[in-house]
Amino acid sequence: MPVARVAVPTTVDEAVQALRETPGAQLLAGGTDFCVEVNFGLRRPPAVVALRRVRELRRYEVTPASVVIGAGTTYADMGGPELSSVLPALAAAARTVGSPQIRNAGTLGGNVATASPAGDTLPLLTALDARVRLRGPSGGRTVALGEVVTGVKTTSIAPDEVVVEVVLDRRPGPQQFLKVGTRNAMVIAIASAAVVVDLEAHDVRVALGSVAPVPVRAAAAEAHIADAIDWRAAGGPRASAAALARFAELVADAASPITDHRSTSEYRRRAVQVIARRALERCVARAA
Amino acid sequence: MPAPSGTGIAERVAVGQVADRVGASAARPDGAQKTRGEFAFSSDLWMDAMLWGKTLRSPHVAARIRSIDTRPALATPGVRAVVTAADVPGRPTFGLEVPDQPVFASDLVRYHGEPLAAVAADHPETARAAAMAIVVDYEPLVPLVDPDVALEAAPIHPDGNVFRHLVIRHGDPGATGDVVVEGTYEVGMQDQAFLGPESGLAVPAEDGGVDLYVATQWLHVDRDQIAASLGLPVERVRLYLAGVGGAFGGREDVSLQIHLCMLALRTGRPVKMVYSRDESFFGHVHRHPARMWYRHHATRGGDLVKVEARIVIDGGAYLSSSNAVISNATCFAPGPYRVPNAFIEGYAARTNNPPCGAMRGFGAVQACYGHEAQMDKLAAVLSMDPVALRLRNALERYDRLVTGQVLTGAAPVREVILAAASHPLPPPADPGGSILALPGGAGATAGPGDVRRGVGFAVSFKNVAYSEGFDDFATARLRLETGVDHEPVATVTVATAEVGQGFVTLAQQIVREELGVRRVVLAPASTVDVGSAGSSSASRQTWMSGGALQLACSTLRAELLVRAAELWECAASQCVFDEGEVVQAATGERLSVQDLLSPAPLETEQEFHHRPTKALDADGQGDAHVSFMFAAHRAVVDVDPDLGLLRVVQVATGQDIGKAINPVQVTGQIEGGIAQGIGLAVMEEIVVTEGRVRNPSFTDYLLPTILDMPEVLATVIEEPEPDAPYGAKGVGEPPTISSGPAVLAAIRDATGLPLTRAPVRPEDIALSHGETT
Repeated sequence: MPVARVAVPTTVDEAVQALRETPGAQLLAGGTDFCVEVNFGLRRPPAVVALRRVRELRRYEVTPASVVIGAGTTYADMGGPELSSVLPALAAAARTVGSPQIRNAGTLGGNVATASPAGDTLPLLTALDARVRLRGPSGGRTVALGEVVTGVKTTSIAPDEVVVEVVLDRRPGPQQFLKVGTRNAMVIAIASAAVVVDLEAHDVRVALGSVAPVPVRAAAAEAHIADAIDWRAAGGPRASAAALARFAELVADAASPITDHRSTSEYRRRAVQVIARRALERCVARAA
Repeated sequence: MPAPSGTGIAERVAVGQVADRVGASAARPDGAQKTRGEFAFSSDLWMDAMLWGKTLRSPHVAARIRSIDTRPALATPGVRAVVTAADVPGRPTFGLEVPDQPVFASDLVRYHGEPLAAVAADHPETARAAAMAIVVDYEPLVPLVDPDVALEAAPIHPDGNVFRHLVIRHGDPGATGDVVVEGTYEVGMQDQAFLGPESGLAVPAEDGGVDLYVATQWLHVDRDQIAASLGLPVERVRLYLAGVGGAFGGREDVSLQIHLCMLALRTGRPVKMVYSRDESFFGHVHRHPARMWYRHHATRGGDLVKVEARIVIDGGAYLSSSNAVISNATCFAPGPYRVPNAFIEGYAARTNNPPCGAMRGFGAVQACYGHEAQMDKLAAVLSMDPVALRLRNALERYDRLVTGQVLTGAAPVREVILAAASHPLPPPADPGGSILALPGGAGATAGPGDVRRGVGFAVSFKNVAYSEGFDDFATARLRLETGVDHEPVATVTVATAEVGQGFVTLAQQIVREELGVRRVVLAPASTVDVGSAGSSSASRQTWMSGGALQLACSTLRAELLVRAAELWECAASQCVFDEGEVVQAATGERLSVQDLLSPAPLETEQEFHHRPTKALDADGQGDAHVSFMFAAHRAVVDVDPDLGLLRVVQVATGQDIGKAINPVQVTGQIEGGIAQGIGLAVMEEIVVTEGRVRNPSFTDYLLPTILDMPEVLATVIEEPEPDAPYGAKGVGEPPTISSGPAVLAAIRDATGLPLTRAPVRPEDIALSHGETT
């Protein structure tokens, strides 16, 4: 009976080495996607490289300008007090993932490498133009998230590369993440949206999940609303109801959702504009 | 061979308090084990040198099988046997009512996931790989997936496509009301979604027979079907109940039982099989999807005049219990109301969809979505309060059902309605409260300003036990002897499947109640030592196995009186039983049970039969049911109409139970049943497209979590049922029946949308809402 070989490296370099030595090996972080595929008989890799003991992946670092999050950081860590104080929308996204057991196991690196259209952290990472640091046999490289995630569950990560960390620039201002599912917890997103408002640069970033093969930015909506917001209004920035309505329309235009067993394309398009608008309204007041 | 480990069937000795008798919330004997994760479920069965079984299932919905080549599987190292239809030694088919389902498909595949072969190998992964290596040459056929079309279409099975067509004609068919409301309704396919997947262990026996350890709902009926297909006398097929991880009707039918026994007999070795979660969705029957048309006639004052209905349920590829399900849906189609005139047609159709059968609520659930929506429509047209309309028409004792049967038992319909309606309503959503409490929950989609609240009401009724002349008796064996410390020990042997409902607790309470002994032992449930208990379904075991045990107790009590009378040289009629002792009325002398047991233990086996029922005649008339349970539910739901997301805030209920033998267990049934009812109303559905199951996983088949579960306020109405032991009716099914329709009514109330389909999907609300605003 062939039993998959398991490598248990303790450093990233050892993990890369293990990947090189066993072609077809599968990296295992939290296993919250991979193990389901194994259980369903969809995946039978000849070898597994388990990352749980690679402690350097579990670090994160907050500086005035950026946040660097190790790929092994769990959803529970992301939802914890330290990261939620600097990246509240990432924390909100992390808290929507699965159950406490899943959040204790699943990792940011796993979410990136799995590249599911419904990956819950991906909209916020997309909104913040996240950069992904990878390491392979010939050293490290840093790639924009949009170039890592190339399609539905496909990435540009080489078979012998490991996701090491994700780098996010800090933006001064409010941010929100909203996710629609048919159940009030433990549910795959039917549609999700992250909104990040930069009070200094006067810009708005909007990224959408589960409404396209990959997470997408709503660039036209961003440009429209950044222009329409009265940034210097007393009591904080505000936008008119008409501007918000137009913003929602432009958000829907950025979506190209499908109909599947979870929902319909029509509903996803509707849902994403409702939640993007609500997310923005939690960041920017509606003008009377 | 020795018994396997992990059977979950070890004797359970419970030294309880004598006070833990009928009416007390005695603790479950398996409760601590289950909460600690130590209880052995059927998937934990283990035997040294056992093999692992795996089933090959059809990827096609409908196909002709040109050939099956098992040689690649047999050539796989570690594979010990491969069996197909050609290897079935006895009857090639099985079935609860009629054996119309092949043990393995041989010429035709009739549903997605139908078994074609089974493999036994040294390792589960070898078995899986070998099953995949079997080469089947299919000729795909166009599947028949619409039940209405199927009724008229060319048969896809020698028994035809109409499982049953039932008509109820009652009163004056020409009667009409001042007011008429009409509607069509639809219910999707719900799954029992028990957490313990199908699993068992078959062990070949020296007598050429087989011992099967398995999680099931009815050991004896499994045994009979297995023996027929194995071509063995029933005595050589012995079933033992393994730990059951939930059932809800989904274990009434045979799943892996025959396959496992065939593999064990073929290899001469123990064989274990555990379905994976996705296979479990293909391995058992589901709740029937239904399409219903209703027309209600009433007077201007709000009295029901006539109910017309046509109900079509989709039975899928094989019969299972469709005949009984459509009978229930048809008999209970009007709901628990006085309806002088009725014309109701019920159809159960065969299609190439997944087979459907028993699930908690059994036909009454589907009908309740129809009749309760109709009652609300009628109330709206009459400008009446929906609760007042229901009270006005509520059945009472000695009323006649549309089947002509007179309600001779307890019928506290008004009481359950008033109880549900009189619970306090929840406070409005707290604007400063947790976002988790709003629709959308953890997704944080709603603010308080996005939410509208609705209130809905629904009432239901359903039969206890089997109907239409079926004698579903139960058997109990009771032995009374002196234990090692001279204390009397009562040993209960019943084949009653403990599927979570708590009969193991009730059995001990009944013995304590009747005999006053502290020490009660529950022997393992099997087909070996005792007669049939009937099925753990239809809310019947408290009544039936409870009745058999009560009868066994009273039989032994009478024998104790006879023994005492002999010692005292008086008439037995001079002796009475009191607090675990026998008292001589004239002298006040007392003898303890252990005194009376010293000459010899006492033992008896008793069968309990409920009052006979009758078949329905050509007009659907007859005393077909033993007894009825009534329940009312009021649901409060917060709706986010723009997104179609929901939060059920509160469900209040009044339930007619006859008598609470164990109040905590009653509460557990009510809360769990409401969770399952809400599930069907708002999220639980097997999505089937052209016969193909799209979501066989707990990722995509959604069950309510604690964030979807409301506060439950329950009042039980204890009006004793005349011919039930202790006056207790069943408890398990009613919470699942009208809770969902009440939730749907609340969503209609909040949104103003018609919402005629369960489960309601976010798009059903959000997209329609968008059109109207």
